[in-house]
Amino acid sequence: MASRTLPDDRGRFGDFGGRFVPETLMTALGELERAFAEAQADASFREELDGLLHNYAGRPTPLYFAENLSRKLSGAGADEPPSLRIYLKREDLAHTGAHKINNALGQGLLARRLGKRRIIAETGAGQHGVATATVCAMLGLECIVYMGAVDVQRQALNVFRMKLLGAEVRVVESGSRTLKDAINEAIRDWVTNVTTTHYLLGSAVGPHPYPLMVREFQSVIGSEAREQLLAAEGRLPDYALACVGGGSNAIGLFHPFYDDESVRFIGVEAAGEGLSTGRRAASLSAGRPGVLHGAYSYLLQDEAGQVEETHSISAGLDYPGVGPELSFYKESGRAQFAAVTDDEALDGFRLLSETEGIIPALEPAHALAYLAKLAPDIAKDSLVLVCLSGRGDKDMETVAQALGVDLV
Amino acid sequence: MSGSDTSPGRIEQTFARARDDGRLAFIAYLTAGYPEPDATPALVEALIAGGVDALELGIPFSDPLADGPTIQRSTFQALQGGMTAARCLELVRELRNKGVVIPIILMTYYNPILAYGQDRFIQDAAAAGMDGLIGIDLPPEEAEELAAQCRANSVDLIPLLAPTSTDERIGLAVRQASGFVYCVSVAGVTGARKALPSELWGLLQRVRRQTELPLAVGFGISRREHVEALQGQADAAIVGSAIIDVIEESPRAEREAKVKEYVEVLTGRRKARN
Ligand SMILES: Cc1ncc(COP(=O)(O)O)c(C=O)c1O
Repeated sequence: MASRTLPDDRGRFGDFGGRFVPETLMTALGELERAFAEAQADASFREELDGLLHNYAGRPTPLYFAENLSRKLSGAGADEPPSLRIYLKREDLAHTGAHKINNALGQGLLARRLGKRRIIAETGAGQHGVATATVCAMLGLECIVYMGAVDVQRQALNVFRMKLLGAEVRVVESGSRTLKDAINEAIRDWVTNVTTTHYLLGSAVGPHPYPLMVREFQSVIGSEAREQLLAAEGRLPDYALACVGGGSNAIGLFHPFYDDESVRFIGVEAAGEGLSTGRRAASLSAGRPGVLHGAYSYLLQDEAGQVEETHSISAGLDYPGVGPELSFYKESGRAQFAAVTDDEALDGFRLLSETEGIIPALEPAHALAYLAKLAPDIAKDSLVLVCLSGRGDKDMETVAQALGVDLV
Repeated sequence: MSGSDTSPGRIEQTFARARDDGRLAFIAYLTAGYPEPDATPALVEALIAGGVDALELGIPFSDPLADGPTIQRSTFQALQGGMTAARCLELVRELRNKGVVIPIILMTYYNPILAYGQDRFIQDAAAAGMDGLIGIDLPPEEAEELAAQCRANSVDLIPLLAPTSTDERIGLAVRQASGFVYCVSVAGVTGARKALPSELWGLLQRVRRQTELPLAVGFGISRREHVEALQGQADAAIVGSAIIDVIEESPRAEREAKVKEYVEVLTGRRKARN
């Protein structure tokens, strides 16, 4: 099996990845690739980033043993020890409430190094937009966030947060008016302003070097969790689970365990109203390889190669593509992928809220929902690590609506 | 230099003829199947009557990330009408059957070709009468296989170069190219603009230093004065969004007449009415 030295110098993970972009961006991508390599080799960059991750973002985030959830999913009684031990990596406790801040800080510092003071970003759930706006406020950079009109409506709270942080939010009305179209619009901006602007892409997608760079900035999730779990349990997990939108929290969790072959990776996608309904967002489960947003990777598309409109109750998973490295993990069998519906995700959302007093974001609620389905088939005494990629505050309106509750 | 056979291709002949006439060649872009699925042949006829030397036909893609609002709109409308890469090849065949002899260049994002099957697409398109291909999101690094397939089928693979392209990248692109080189006038998306950007002239000089291939300039061209400014600096002007704008603004019954008139103004056959 190819190793963790990927991607190769063409930005390929096996067949996946690459750099399928208009010529105008090619020089900037080359510069970014070089700047990232130099920054990684520069101890002072690492030091500054680690300092901010610690003092500003609140890292390391806790690794929490979810005993009640473990007991519930193992079907154990109140006094019995659970046969499953579930640990949650608490990215919801990072500053701004999701893992997105890890990548935003890394790329923000990199942009400053490149001398680019204008930052653009796309956002779906608004978490990446908020993280980017936060970092820009702190570093004194101009910030413009593209967001689809549908998402602006369902994540209104995050739109307000971005504005409070001094960012300009540009509403995207084209196409499906969700994350995919926000990325299209951000790329159009970048093509136009490439010499002054850094595109702070929020997931492990896009042209090389983004999938590599975002993975490296998010690998802090898995590296910390590995150390914390070894300290708590003296062994590695049997399963690592994460939700998959573009794939940044999943690859960030998985990658540091890549060589630990006993650790099974499970990525959970959004089945929306059902995989066979066409109203879904599960590229790895229901798509086939194609090119969107600069990379060759699994993609929801029709026979003619037109990208399909997607649906998920979770704005952060509502995307027809996925990062190329996860496509490679699928093809090589290193990871398995599953998908859960909107309704199942809502069950997962309530399950964690009620058993542990932790309200998850709808995105990681997908991973929890799948864990609940999987639990009966998991061997006794298994150790399970779940990335709790974000908290649920942003989803209150969506969930209330789905449950038929009137908030006012 | 059209592929492996020795007879010059349509694209090469067209540029040679324009050069002999001491004028700029004129290339017009249409989104295939816009505004209606069957609208293209009559619009092509109008373009040719107006003096167009070559046709660039866009295969619509759901995510046109290098295009401005005008071509985005035409793309979505064409997709709604059911246009696909396969139907676009039928359209090329239909144009050839109707006696269209000017070069036809297909312009597309990569995914529709991938979905069709890259090798089969080039073979079928060449058989249908396509002379050249432009991949909008296909820089030379990612186009090697496609370039070989194009050469094998005597199809010109036309690279895009931009003001941000380094000399090294220009070299890479022209080594793979045949037919002509598409010089993007500005760092930006497609769309009509008021003036030609100053960075264009430096780009043309830098590309000229590395190739004998004709240089065509596109993105933003919408006025006769733009075309005149290119005279002596480049070999062809490419106009896209501005033609789509004319189609969009014209009543249906006058559409072809307006397009012909507009092209006549751009090519200098007709004086602009102000
Ligand atoms: C909390 C949370 N988790 C997960 C995601 C999905 O992104 P990714 O797959 O890149 O981790 C998002 C995206 O907005 C998010 O906000």
